[in-house]
Amino acid sequence: MGITLPILILAIPFTMFLILGIVGVKMSRKLAGILGITALGAVAVMAYYVAFTYFFSGDPRFIVEGVRQQCQLFDVTWLAFTDRLVVNIGFLLDPISAMMLVVITTISFMVHLYSWGYMEHEPGFQRYYAFLALFTFSMLGLVVATNIFQMYIFWELVGVSSYLLIGFFYKLPSAVSASKKAFIVTRFADLFMLIGILVLSYYVSNAPADGPLGSASAFNFLMLNSNAGVIANTVLGATFMSGSVLTWAMVLIFVGGMGKSAMMPLHIWLPDAMEGPTPVSALIHAATMVVAGVYLVARFFPLYCIVPDSLTFITIVGAITAFYAAVVACAQIDIKRVLAFSTISQIAFMMVSLGCAYNQPIEGVHYSGLGYMAGMFHLFTHAMFKALLFLGAGALIHAVHSNNYTEMGGLRKYMPITHWTFLIGCLAIAGIWPFSGFFSKDEMLAAMFNRHWFWGAWMTMVAGLTAFYMFRLYYMIFWWEENPKYAKSGHKPHDAPWQMSLPLIILAAVSCVAGFIPFGEFVTFNGEPYHIHIEGSVAATSLTVAVVSIALATFMYARKNNRPTMVKNLWPALWTAANRRFYWDEIYMFITHKIIFNIICRGIAWFDRHIIDGTMNGLAAMTNFFSVKIKGMQSGYIQTYVMWYFFGAVALAVITWLCLL
Amino acid sequence: MLFGNILIWFVIVPVLMLGGLALCGQNNMKAILGVMVTCSTVLLGLSIWLTCDFVAQRAAGNTAEMLWMGSWMWYEPLNIHLAVGVDGISVLMLLLTSIIVFAGTFASWKINPLPKNFFLWYSLLSTGVYGFFISIDMFTMFMFYEVALIPMYLLIGVWGTGRKEYSAMKLTLMLMGGSAFLMLGLLGIYWHGTPADAGVANTWNILEISHYGCIDYGWQNMLFIFTFVGFGVLGAMFPFHTWSPDGHACAPTAVSMLHAGVLMKLGGYGCFRIAIFLLPHAANELAWIFIILTGISIVYGAFSACVQTDLKYINAYSSVSHCGMVLFALLMLNQTAMTGGILQMLSHGLMTALFFALIGMIYGRTHTRDIRQMGGLMKIMPYLGVCYMIAGFASLGLPGLSGFVAEMTIFFGSFENADMFHRIFVIAATTSIVITAVYILRVVGKLILGPVQDEHHLSLTDATWWERLATVTLIVCLAGIGFFPNWLNDSIQNSFKPIVDALAQAI
Amino acid sequence: MDLDMLWYLVPSVIMFAAGVYGFMTRKNMIAMLISLELMLNAADLNFVVFNRFLFPGQMEGMVFTLFAIAIAAAETAVAIAIIVNIYRAIGNTDVNDADKMKY
Repeated sequence: MGITLPILILAIPFTMFLILGIVGVKMSRKLAGILGITALGAVAVMAYYVAFTYFFSGDPRFIVEGVRQQCQLFDVTWLAFTDRLVVNIGFLLDPISAMMLVVITTISFMVHLYSWGYMEHEPGFQRYYAFLALFTFSMLGLVVATNIFQMYIFWELVGVSSYLLIGFFYKLPSAVSASKKAFIVTRFADLFMLIGILVLSYYVSNAPADGPLGSASAFNFLMLNSNAGVIANTVLGATFMSGSVLTWAMVLIFVGGMGKSAMMPLHIWLPDAMEGPTPVSALIHAATMVVAGVYLVARFFPLYCIVPDSLTFITIVGAITAFYAAVVACAQIDIKRVLAFSTISQIAFMMVSLGCAYNQPIEGVHYSGLGYMAGMFHLFTHAMFKALLFLGAGALIHAVHSNNYTEMGGLRKYMPITHWTFLIGCLAIAGIWPFSGFFSKDEMLAAMFNRHWFWGAWMTMVAGLTAFYMFRLYYMIFWWEENPKYAKSGHKPHDAPWQMSLPLIILAAVSCVAGFIPFGEFVTFNGEPYHIHIEGSVAATSLTVAVVSIALATFMYARKNNRPTMVKNLWPALWTAANRRFYWDEIYMFITHKIIFNIICRGIAWFDRHIIDGTMNGLAAMTNFFSVKIKGMQSGYIQTYVMWYFFGAVALAVITWLCLL
Repeated sequence: MLFGNILIWFVIVPVLMLGGLALCGQNNMKAILGVMVTCSTVLLGLSIWLTCDFVAQRAAGNTAEMLWMGSWMWYEPLNIHLAVGVDGISVLMLLLTSIIVFAGTFASWKINPLPKNFFLWYSLLSTGVYGFFISIDMFTMFMFYEVALIPMYLLIGVWGTGRKEYSAMKLTLMLMGGSAFLMLGLLGIYWHGTPADAGVANTWNILEISHYGCIDYGWQNMLFIFTFVGFGVLGAMFPFHTWSPDGHACAPTAVSMLHAGVLMKLGGYGCFRIAIFLLPHAANELAWIFIILTGISIVYGAFSACVQTDLKYINAYSSVSHCGMVLFALLMLNQTAMTGGILQMLSHGLMTALFFALIGMIYGRTHTRDIRQMGGLMKIMPYLGVCYMIAGFASLGLPGLSGFVAEMTIFFGSFENADMFHRIFVIAATTSIVITAVYILRVVGKLILGPVQDEHHLSLTDATWWERLATVTLIVCLAGIGFFPNWLNDSIQNSFKPIVDALAQAI
Repeated sequence: MDLDMLWYLVPSVIMFAAGVYGFMTRKNMIAMLISLELMLNAADLNFVVFNRFLFPGQMEGMVFTLFAIAIAAAETAVAIAIIVNIYRAIGNTDVNDADKMKY
């Protein structure tokens, strides 16, 4: 495989963005849609081909003696800060990037197709496709990055595409403020990531050029990962506040990932991001962009492993977030918010899984890299079923024109396709055999039990919550009680057009079978294949928990009754708090608006106007004051002048006379 | 041969432009714009040619410190020459000036009243700027500097809006105050820059002075403060920045563009060409003072911009922040950071020019610059809205546009200074990328997006062809730097070699 | 009767002092003009006297005095014209009232 395909994979979406962005307004909707979908279809085919070649061709660049290799298909200099700090733009092909290529192009293609139906009547259709193309380009660039700086570049670009797409309905103030919030929160996280990169690259680039690191660019993933031990021991031996500098750097970089992946406490933007069009939520805020943080950790896995403190940090952040998001999801009314919190929770699952992995054999652990493999597996399956759920939610919203399940109920009769596909999505996320979520979740839980029983137990509980809130949602939408509105009015909700139904069916099919993919054969932390086998005890536990949770949900929500209200009234404060997401938004509002905006910004502006400017104006006023005082002498009265003149002359005469004496 | 030197033409063409304008009738817009467009296109062509030729010559192995050098005696008793020469940085500055003069001409297509006089002063201003960038004789440099400053007074005072007399006065007086410091510094360098016993006349020539390198350390420290403060005032360094918000807010569009785009760069350019290059020991020793001040500028300007409601004030404070970044980078005294400083000058020049052009265009339609009275312009004038968003993205450092390249070069260069003092200030400076995002998105959210605030705005029209030309020129340049930064980076880095060497020797 | 030079100089000083005093104290422009003429004439007198007593053979002092008288006449004419115009403009000839051009 040459470099043409990789370049085309990046270039086609970008060109499409430029074409649709610049001349899109002149095009008809149909043309713009067909162009966008065709282009993305072509990219998807190419990406499949690249991934297929990588996994199955046996090319020595890609696989050597059964071990999958990391291969930079091209890597060109973009900007050279110094000799060692060289930013390249390249294409790194390894198991996870090949896997991500497939995920991104698949979901993106589905979303392109789906949007044709969903966005049909929206103004700015061409602009929408342009932004989708921009996002696809940025996300592809992110996953194939050969170096951390390239990743940072595309990291920012996905951020801005997300901003543009969340704010797509720009006339709605809520969409505008949600997009703003998403961008600023992730930017704030990126600041830490930038500082982390600064620290890491400073120490690596200042290592002796004749040392083990050689003179390669300090940003390069392959160099950094293969020399993790050297970097930890010699280069980054320095400490800062009793932590190794490398730990600090890696934690700071991870904070960037926390922002993008909506980990606590930087999760607040994701629920609001649901203001964007629903297909966008499926693509960006469920399947691809939000897993960038997970991908980042996986990409830097050897470096994270060399500083175990940072892995512990990741695990703790993930565990807290997973539980928090699952609890909040139980008390939301807006179906997209439920899915958003479920996304946060599932991503946190992957984080914990990665945090529980090791990159070297550990005594008493059957397979130490299981967490890595399982996290990636879940990333893959989650992308599929969560996109499915979001697209299903889109179909519901399309039919009902409301985001709240209180407006739905009993829809299973009217929308059979949506109903069945949504059910498959729910079963998959709940972890029921044989749907895909079961397999990946089982592996993840096994990995967590490997690390410590506590993480395993904790996350099993979260898995139970997941099954509960998903089925609560499912029952509230499709069962409960038929909304009287539909019985009366002639306009009955119905299934979406084929452009929207087809992606649902495809994704549902994928969710049914994806679990049987021998994922371990393809993606592991060191490239060596691993044969997945189901851990009986873990599988039994998690299945039991899931089934019990579903049963509970069925008991409470399958038919209209007053049990939910009773449960709610047991402890109303808790329900309110969960419904308000435990007041995180209020806390942020207080800090940003009251403290930063009102006190700091206004304070500085006041200082500038009154103190600094006041000083300058004061200088001018003082000059003016003195000149006013002095100008009194210039009275304009000729007789005063004569007097001055006369006495001056006399005085001069006297002085001259005295001097002469 | 005076006229054989291509650099001289950068002054002659604007002077011809002045002459041509003088011959036009007062309200003969066609003739006036004809002269302006012709001459600014010629200048643009000239600077593009110069840039290409410069890159070619460097690639061909010409390693002279400055190219196209020339020197003609002007005033014998004080040994003042008209000495010219350019390195990679001045070439890019000339290019930047040409681009902005070109775009500014189109942005003031319908200037009123007294179009002829406006363009006369405008050309005089650009003459000063061009002269400044080609000079390597401190005296002629200073003279051109003053030539560039004085027209500002009239341009703001006559064609401005709002409290224009106050602002014009404030701007001129503060900059003149800076010039006074500067003159003291330059005289000091002149008197002390030549070895006493060598039997040569005192010189104003920058290269000769740096070659002698004989200013003693005590004098260096004092002169460094004089020259740095002198140029720093023009570079809007805290606490001497307050002329900038008022001045920009009241200036007419093209003047804001040229002023924020190019004139403020004179400050940064002077800082490294004179203060740091000629006084390297003092630069090593006293940089910390100005690092503190510029560090404050960066954060302070950004925070101030967050609460402004006038579009021009927002951009003026944002300029304080970004120009603070320029000086901050130069004070890091290493090649990478200084290169970033120059990139930031280019980037900020183009970006602010674009911003002010757009604000002028929006103001020309809505007759208000208060963001609380506008909204949803994307629906009414989509072209201008999109351009405003692009400018905003450039400002907050989106990859693919120039701001990102410049800021990253600065941060990575600055981080090479390993001590705690530098680290703290660099990290403080990096926070500006978040604050910038806050105020840019605040404006974009209120002004461009959201519901339409004022029913009357619905009847407004989108950009005309000359406005499109002005904005497209600038956007293409912004994206050009953002996509292909490496050749710029190379030519700037090479030009910093002598300065970095001088600094290293002076420790 | 042979008069000493002093006999001429003393009246000249008195005339000059009176002129200075008048110029400084009178508010009426005509009166000030008269005082000015007094000072001028005192100076003329000095010219003539010094010429007569110190350089008897020469005529420059006399000639200058004639010049000065002629110029003073012209000056007076201009001054009177200005005063008349001021009177027309402001209605009196008080020097303190003519302040239109003051800062």
